[in-house]
Amino acid sequence: MKHTISILVENRFGVLARVAGLFSARGYNIDSLAVSETQDPEVSRMTIVVNAEDERILEQIKKQLNKLIDVITVTDFTKKEYIERELVFLKIGFDKKNLLKLKKLIVKRKVQVLEKKIDYLIVELVDDQKKIQDFLAEIKDFKISELVRTGRIAIAK
Amino acid sequence: MDEFFVFNSVLLAKLVTRQTDKIMAILNGAQILVECFKREGVDVVFGYPGGQILATFDALYDVKDFKFILTRHEQGAAHAADGYARATGKVGVCISTSGPGATNLVTGLANAYMDSIPMVAITGQVRTTLIGNDAFQESDITGITRPVTKHNFLVKDVKELARIVREAFYIASSGRPGPVVIDFPSDVQNAKTEFIWPESVSIRSYQPRFEGHPGQIKKAARMIEKALKPILYVGGGVITSEASEDLKNLAEKNQIPVTTTFMGLGAFPGQHPLSLGMLGMHGTAYANHATMESDLIIAVGARFDDRVTGRIDAFAPHAKIIHIDIDPTSIAKNIRVDVPIVGDAKNILHEMISYVRRAPDTKAWLAQIKKWREQYPLFYKQDDKLRPQYVIEKIQELTKGDAIIATEVGQNQMWSCLFYQHNQPRTWISSGGLGTMGFGLPAAIGAQLGRPEKVVFDIAGDGSIQMNIQELATAVFNKLPVKIAILNNGYLGMVRQWQELFYKRRYSHTTLQNPDFVKIAEAYGAKGIRVTRKDEVVPAIKEALATDNVVMIDFVIEPEENVFPMVPAGEALNRIINGMA
Repeated sequence: MKHTISILVENRFGVLARVAGLFSARGYNIDSLAVSETQDPEVSRMTIVVNAEDERILEQIKKQLNKLIDVITVTDFTKKEYIERELVFLKIGFDKKNLLKLKKLIVKRKVQVLEKKIDYLIVELVDDQKKIQDFLAEIKDFKISELVRTGRIAIAK
Repeated sequence: MDEFFVFNSVLLAKLVTRQTDKIMAILNGAQILVECFKREGVDVVFGYPGGQILATFDALYDVKDFKFILTRHEQGAAHAADGYARATGKVGVCISTSGPGATNLVTGLANAYMDSIPMVAITGQVRTTLIGNDAFQESDITGITRPVTKHNFLVKDVKELARIVREAFYIASSGRPGPVVIDFPSDVQNAKTEFIWPESVSIRSYQPRFEGHPGQIKKAARMIEKALKPILYVGGGVITSEASEDLKNLAEKNQIPVTTTFMGLGAFPGQHPLSLGMLGMHGTAYANHATMESDLIIAVGARFDDRVTGRIDAFAPHAKIIHIDIDPTSIAKNIRVDVPIVGDAKNILHEMISYVRRAPDTKAWLAQIKKWREQYPLFYKQDDKLRPQYVIEKIQELTKGDAIIATEVGQNQMWSCLFYQHNQPRTWISSGGLGTMGFGLPAAIGAQLGRPEKVVFDIAGDGSIQMNIQELATAVFNKLPVKIAILNNGYLGMVRQWQELFYKRRYSHTTLQNPDFVKIAEAYGAKGIRVTRKDEVVPAIKEALATDNVVMIDFVIEPEENVFPMVPAGEALNRIINGMA
């Protein structure tokens, strides 16, 4: 099961390595990771998405995250009410035949067009993971020359 | 900064220790480190110099407030600091240079981490501008030690140093203790700043919980009142929190038998009528049977590790479990727990004694345990041969059970658990979690420094003594008269025992050809004694105790003696091989 874990940490060098180390030491892959400063510049927030192969192991990892000296709080959003977003940039190629179809999809999904070139668009989409997956499925027949996607961020309701 | 003083170091020490004077002292990083050590009450530092820690060693040159002990290997320094910490309860301190000096500390740090021992290790580092450039004797020691330390620091600015040292000692010694590394680049050692000692330390993200939840303690007390077959299962946490008196009160008032883990030996008097000795793989049969049959396990400062529980799904099937530990990650890690209580063991046990209103009726239970004790006593073959258990019993007898016992790892260690009755906390100095061969001798040296009035014995094997045998020099030249009893069977005995029992006696690379240990002792300026017969054991130990020098006794023991009882790895705790066949 996928877990979205939010960790408040001291904004110092080395903290990310400590956090990542608890996952890697167990052979756990981190699906996505987003880190940035909070309203307090001395504090950073890490949002980690991880697929727990064994819930007991994840429980242990969460306790050990809490035990790290530089970690202030650990919140697992999985059983909570929360809002999540990811951001994706795409370079989508088009030609005269499929331009209209692309435009329709862009309007329907509220995709922002950032750059329009002669044969491709640079677009951005900010949404939850499922809607981004849906959009990517819809445009799979277009030529995607580049896809850049952030880690998930989440906030409790 | 208007005034700028240049001090000679003696004057400097006087000035900065007079804190009421508002004289601003400009010191370099190395001098600040030394001043911080003084304020932390450090009385001994173990270490080894090198290129990137020269400035710090220069500052150490004039120090009179604490001792510096030059070991002969950095690993020896780390283990000595560890042994000192175990014997005294204070923070052990060691120093090395960068690169190989620092990597040589790593085993010692991992060892202290596994056994929750408070340590601060200072490692030299290449200058900050060279970090990451593959400079000579550079290693990423904060990266390397991250998983084997409680915390580590890289000092990039001398202004942060005093705070970092203060935090390091606080982190190392509070909560569940552990080792902390401070990586100290050479340019920061030389950089100057005003020395300001932080009067207090507060880390918002690190606030260990001291007091247990009163509701949980009450709940536990109700369970104790109702229990018919309760058992106290206690570990190193009782020693760390100095809870032995409260533990004894709780056990005696409620007539609850006590079994200790390896790390808990000495937390409860081994010769007490309620003591069952150690449980687990090489625990006593009666401790293991009692644990398996109990209806209530009160775990205190112990972590249900695999050497204790045996097959986890078969462990103590009838028992409810109360688990007291300062580290929440230890609770419910390996085993389901009915009443978890996070906090300091001493504090919680003290509370619990007053919460238990009526003692449980354990008469029948203690009678059953007595039967097991008679049915499965600790034993070894009584004959004329020189057997290791006899040697340890005689060490016990001749030191009146009052010695500090350090050990190496393997059979020597397990026989020392079983055949020496550890009666006081901080007298058992042995590598538990990591199982580090070569720990015993340097740890004994550290213990002897911390407790100069005590007899310190290192009970060793012929294999493991050779892993840090160079520390004989440290012991001899610093006049630390540790006694070393080598139980010499010409094998890596514990591995050989497993090969005998589980690998059809195929003794693959476990036979040792050894040097002459008596000559080695003598070459280092110690006394060497060889014992080959049973009747020579007592005179040799007496001679060692009467000698004011390091003494190494080479006991040439029965080569294929095994450690029993034994629960094979992965078996249920009551599937005991007792060796009586």
